[in-house]
Parts: sequence; C-alpha cells; structure tokens
Amino acid sequence: MSVSQTDFRAALLDADRPAPTGLQDAAARPAGRRFDVYRNNVAVSLTEALHDGFPAVASLLGKTNMDGIAGMFLRAHPPASPLLMLYGEAFPDFLAGLEQLSHLGYLADVARLELALRQSYHAADAAPIPPERLGQTAPEALLAARLALAPALRLRRSPWPVFDIWRYATEPGAPQPQAAAQDVLITRPGYDPAPQPLPPGGAAWIAALQTGQSWGAAEDAARAEAAGFDLTPTLTLLLQGGAITDLMTEG
Amino acid sequence: MLDQSARRPRLPHSAGVGYKPQHFADLTSDPGAVTWLEIHAENYMGDGGRPLAQLRQLSKRFAISVHGVGLSIGGEGALDRDHLARLKHLCDWLAPASFSEHLAWSSHDSAFLNDLLPLPYTNATLARVADHIDQVQTTLGRRMLLENPSSYLAFAESTWAEPEFLAEIARRTGCGLLLDVNNVFVSATNLGFSPQGYIDAFPLDAVGEIHLGGHDEQADDHGAPLLIDSHGRAVADPVWALLDYTLARSGAQPLLIEWDNDVPDWPQLAAEAARAQTALHRVPA
Repeated sequence: MSVSQTDFRAALLDADRPAPTGLQDAAARPAGRRFDVYRNNVAVSLTEALHDGFPAVASLLGKTNMDGIAGMFLRAHPPASPLLMLYGEAFPDFLAGLEQLSHLGYLADVARLELALRQSYHAADAAPIPPERLGQTAPEALLAARLALAPALRLRRSPWPVFDIWRYATEPGAPQPQAAAQDVLITRPGYDPAPQPLPPGGAAWIAALQTGQSWGAAEDAARAEAAGFDLTPTLTLLLQGGAITDLMTEG
Repeated sequence: MLDQSARRPRLPHSAGVGYKPQHFADLTSDPGAVTWLEIHAENYMGDGGRPLAQLRQLSKRFAISVHGVGLSIGGEGALDRDHLARLKHLCDWLAPASFSEHLAWSSHDSAFLNDLLPLPYTNATLARVADHIDQVQTTLGRRMLLENPSSYLAFAESTWAEPEFLAEIARRTGCGLLLDVNNVFVSATNLGFSPQGYIDAFPLDAVGEIHLGGHDEQADDHGAPLLIDSHGRAVADPVWALLDYTLARSGAQPLLIEWDNDVPDWPQLAAEAARAQTALHRVPA
C-alpha cells in the first residue's frame, strides 16, 4: 500500500498512467482528479517558467505551439536543480531536434540568445575599468595586454540574423529581419542585459580575448576572419557596456 | 558580509508580504503597514545582478524571512548538498530574521518537480524528515520553521494526524513551525476535517510565523469541493475567521500575505497586509 516517490514521480509526468494506488480522498476512494492537481501544478509551473525564460521563442511559435513543446520538453528534461532561473539549458538543442520545427532553422539560435540573456542577468557584478585607462597605456603595451571581461558578457554567433529575429519577436515595430548571419554581444551595463549585433570580425576579437589571448593576437584573429576589421565599433560596445573589468599589461 | 553574531533580528509581530520585484519602488517609497518581507530563497541564488542588489537594499529597511521552496526536506533521498550550501551562503550574507521550508518533497532521482508534493505520515517519514531538519539546522547554524502543507489527497498508509506529526517533528528537532492557515482551511475542506479542530491540536507554542493566501475552488470526481492553494487572489473570508480563531489562542505572530500568481498592484496587496495588521490589533495583549 505504500506509495514510493519513484511511483509518484512517474505518474506525475505521465498523464497516461493512473494515479498510484494508496492515494485516496477522505472516504478512502481512489484519488482520481485529486492527483491531477499535482500533475497540473508541475506542468503549468514549468511551462510558465519556459514562457518566461524564452519569450521570443514563445512569440515566434505562438502560445498553443509553445505550450505543446514546453509540455514535451519538461517531461523529457525536468529541471535538474531548484534554480528555475537557469531552467532550459537543454531547450535550444531540444528545439533543434524536433522534426516538426525543421522549417524554423533559426529557432534554436534564438533560444540560445535568450538563454544567454538570462545567464547575463544573473551573472556576478564586476566594476569596469575607467575607459581612460586604455588611452593612458602605451600602444605597444596595449597590443601585448590581456583583457578581463565582465562575468555578464556573453557572445552568440549564428548563421541566422538572430539579433534581428529576436528583436522582431520581442519589440513592437521592429524592422523585418534581413537574411544575414549575425554575431551578438551581450553586455550588462547596470542590471539589464543589452544585446547588440557585432560588426565583421568583432566576435572573433572578443572570442580570442575570452581565451586569454593578447589584444594584438586577438586583432590578428579578427583580421583573419574579416580583412578590413575595424576595432573601434566593437571596442566602443565593450566600453559602453562596462564589459572590460581589467587590463593586464606585461611586467 | 553582515555579522550574524552581532544581531539576529526576529520577525516582528506585524504584517509582511511575499516580495515581488514589481513592488520594489512602491515598497521603498510607501510600504504602508508592511514591516517585513519574505523572499523565496531560490530566486536569490544567482551570482549577482538586480535580484541581489534589490535584496541588499531592502534588507536595510525591512526584516527579511528566507522561505525555501526547493530543499525537498521530505525527499526519500539525501538532501541536495549543493543546494544546502547555497542556502547557507544566502543566510550567511543576508542574516535573515527567519528561515523556513515545507513539510513536502519536490526533488527525486535528480529531477526537481517544482511543486510541494505530499508525504505519508508514517514513522519512517517522521524519522527521515527529522534527520533532514537536523542536517539543515546544523548546516545553517540556526533554528528553522517547518510549514504545514495544503493537501489534495491522503495516503492510505498514514498512521499520524498532521498536527501531531508536526508536533513530534518539532519536539525531536527543536525546529519551529510556520502555520499556514489557508493551507489548514484548504486541507480541512479537501479531506473533511474541522479546521478549528486542527488548530486546537496544533502545537501553537512552536509557531514562529503565520501564512495567509488565496485559494481557488474546483470539484473532485464526486462533485465535492476541491480547494487549490493557488496564491492568486485575496484571502477568503473563512480563512480570515480561522486566523482570528488561531490568534486568540496563539497570541500575536508575524503574519504574511502570500500572493504569487496574478500579482496585484501595490495598493491591493498593501490593503491585504493592512487587514492582517487589523487582525493583530484584535489579539489580547
């Protein structure tokens, strides 16, 4: 007669299973619909968490489709921790693997961008360097320097116009996306993550800095990808976003 | 970091509300009767950003109660040590006036199910829950409060009534209890017992906080009322009456309004808190 949590959990996530035997109402009749309260709480609250965490994906899919896909996802990938703020790490790959969404090739990358925005929101605080410090550093020392970047910085590279699609899905009146690959930089000046599309080579420069390469080596990497790489717009985005937290020069 | 040994404030015997970020500006400018706030621990376990910054600011003005919803104290498996460490980290820097959790389980076999799931009231459950509470209190270095659940069904295998079960846990572990009178009313309706009888049997001397919240009404397979602890509307009148019944026996307590879904604007929530404050004024000194 004893109901294990293994049995309870299995029935909770599978509406085709009957409620476990041994659960009852006050008159000792089988629990029936009473068990559905728990099923409903789990499914509804996790579906809401996915709507909240992936508003652009939800907008692109429409509520009914998003509800259906969330229902499949939460059963295949229930949260691994009580920190729902980070729930859905597996959602982009899950979307990419769904046959019925194969016509929306960009959707997984939109989900990756939304996941990165959420991670940025909850990332640790870090004070940026004063921008003047760059000007006070000799050019040759700057080229040899390495940069520490803010914990809230995220970089997402996509073969799709992922920033434009995200904006189109979340901002009324945003322009129609044009067919072009987009790299997106997320910085967090203050407390609100700010996504921005990067110019050619910008993502390669930042990615190289993230792996600990020097400023100069990162510029080489950027030029290898975009011959006419202009550092200024990308550097401006980093500085405006408060994303450079240290400048480590030799010696 | 705050120095815990220097001051460990207690929750005041007055009205508090469950904190929602959309009320931050109103709370800092016009909190009305509200003197303390309760937060869900798991929402403040990120590394930084706005949630922690707001909490740091609020904690300078309001007493804070940290209310966990994810520790799964009733779980058949061991407590999640990583989660317990995160709770300790939060309680260490915030030095809250209170820490509470639920008589429930929510994680099993590495899945977190995001609901407060029910337990059979047996000797085996009692021993397991008491062990887990010992572990929590030892790790956090503080006494915790354990909250009575809202129930939609019963376990055939149960051998204890809930108030006696909670009293025995409190006796064995030294923990305090968080009495949710809406949960009492919901469970009493759903399982056909007297809510006043439940209060009469409850170890009121162990109570350190009272919760109030709204519920929805549905029906079970046989047409009997099935109340759902939704926290999505105003507190129902019979729950206010049950609060008066309780306060007349327990004396004044910290009273919390929980409104987690369809969250109202600040004036409506502040009015609920003011109503709770009025109930306290009726309590004999």
